[in-house]
Amino acid sequence: MPNRHNAKNGAVSEEHARFLRQIKRENIKVTLLRVGILVAVLVLWEIGAELRWIDPFIMSSPSRIIRTIGTLMSSGELLTHVGVTVWETVMGFTLGTILGIGIAILLWWSPTVQRTLDPYLVVLNSLPKIALGPVIIVWVGAGQAAIITMALLISVIVTVMSMLTGFMEVSDEKLLLMRTFGATKLQLLRMVILPGSVPSIISTIKINVGMTWVGVIVGEYLVSKAGLGYLIVYGGQVFKLDLVMASILILSVIAVLMYLVVAWVEKRYSRNR
Amino acid sequence: MGPSGCGKTTVLSLIAGLIAPSSGQVLIAGEPVEGHHDKVGYMLQRDHLFEWRTIEENILLGLQVKRICNRQTRQKALDLLNKYGLGEFKTYHPHQLSGGMRQKVALIRTLAVDPEILLLDEPFSSLDYQTRLVLSGEIVDIIRREKKTAVLVTHDLAEAISMADRVLVLSPRPASIKAEVRIELGDENTTPLMKRKDPVIQKYFDYLWKELSVHAEQT
Repeated sequence: MPNRHNAKNGAVSEEHARFLRQIKRENIKVTLLRVGILVAVLVLWEIGAELRWIDPFIMSSPSRIIRTIGTLMSSGELLTHVGVTVWETVMGFTLGTILGIGIAILLWWSPTVQRTLDPYLVVLNSLPKIALGPVIIVWVGAGQAAIITMALLISVIVTVMSMLTGFMEVSDEKLLLMRTFGATKLQLLRMVILPGSVPSIISTIKINVGMTWVGVIVGEYLVSKAGLGYLIVYGGQVFKLDLVMASILILSVIAVLMYLVVAWVEKRYSRNR
Repeated sequence: MGPSGCGKTTVLSLIAGLIAPSSGQVLIAGEPVEGHHDKVGYMLQRDHLFEWRTIEENILLGLQVKRICNRQTRQKALDLLNKYGLGEFKTYHPHQLSGGMRQKVALIRTLAVDPEILLLDEPFSSLDYQTRLVLSGEIVDIIRREKKTAVLVTHDLAEAISMADRVLVLSPRPASIKAEVRIELGDENTTPLMKRKDPVIQKYFDYLWKELSVHAEQT
């Protein structure tokens, strides 16, 4: 927030200043509560494990998680696993988004194709993609390709459907206006549909980041030999709950980072709208 | 003018070549209309400025679609913007302008491609009363100065009488021309607002009101 909105020097009157101070107090309260909850849970968890209220072998504990992360880091394993998962996510996300937008454009272009494929899209959308796991493994092999395919499948249908909705929401009258100038279909796409759908594209991308993560972890559960999903499954199988919890923690942190990147992109693009 | 649903917009779409007549012909200066052509500029009820484009980029839209956007045509469009008092807003985005200003930008966007005939489909219906009065005056002025023929669809009697030289009244569906009135109020320098104050307007008003009401009773 720019400085001039500050409670001290941004207010136009005494009442206004009081009002701004109140808002600021409220914000600080919420932030403190948020941090407070996290700290309380961690402290309780740690004390509980220390005093054997809970079994740290099953429940792990914050200090054990940190120690595990430390070990993973010093052995260099952490970087490998994070790298593998992030790579798969970026690949799945990029392919899913490009392919999804491409298919959505095709469906927009031809109403006949759109009407023909509609029931297939609905079925594919409601089908749990993990059911296709064995098929994917047989078809593309039990490697990274299978994981990326899984991530792609999970994100692509949602992309197609929400992009197409976005395209259809661009007002018909804008298209009529273009037609009064004699616009071609390609011009409609390039000058109205795509620029008019930027907000939908961004919100689709936001959903897609999450979807791809789901796809990658599911994929790693199924086939992988490396990656955070693999670490979680492996940790569970050998009963190393510290490893499972540490991997989940790292996964959350990366997910937050990815969300921040998307939020930053969104802010940049919505600035001059 | 005509009752709602009688096909006023359809007539404009036919003139613009956006739809083809199921029978008959549309002639502009003796030449039949077949599909899209460059003779007309169409102004819709709402401005439909593209919110992702600046005002300058918006008025160039028609030129870009027709692929005739070069130095001269671009300069001509900008001159129009300056001439009608919107030059300083060219780097603004549509949401920063008032409804009346936006509709004026829409008119300039239409004029930029230099049509011979302007089709105006209730261009003031989305504006408040005061803005309507001011803008209708400005638009009559612009159309006169640019020497364009304009076909205006409206269901506001006073608007029709104060803006037009000729008023055609359509009957309910299936529409036919039921009445034609030549408006003779003042000279070409008389603004619509001055015409609205002219007591003679009442005569036209009563006549057109009667023509429209007759049809309203029939439905």
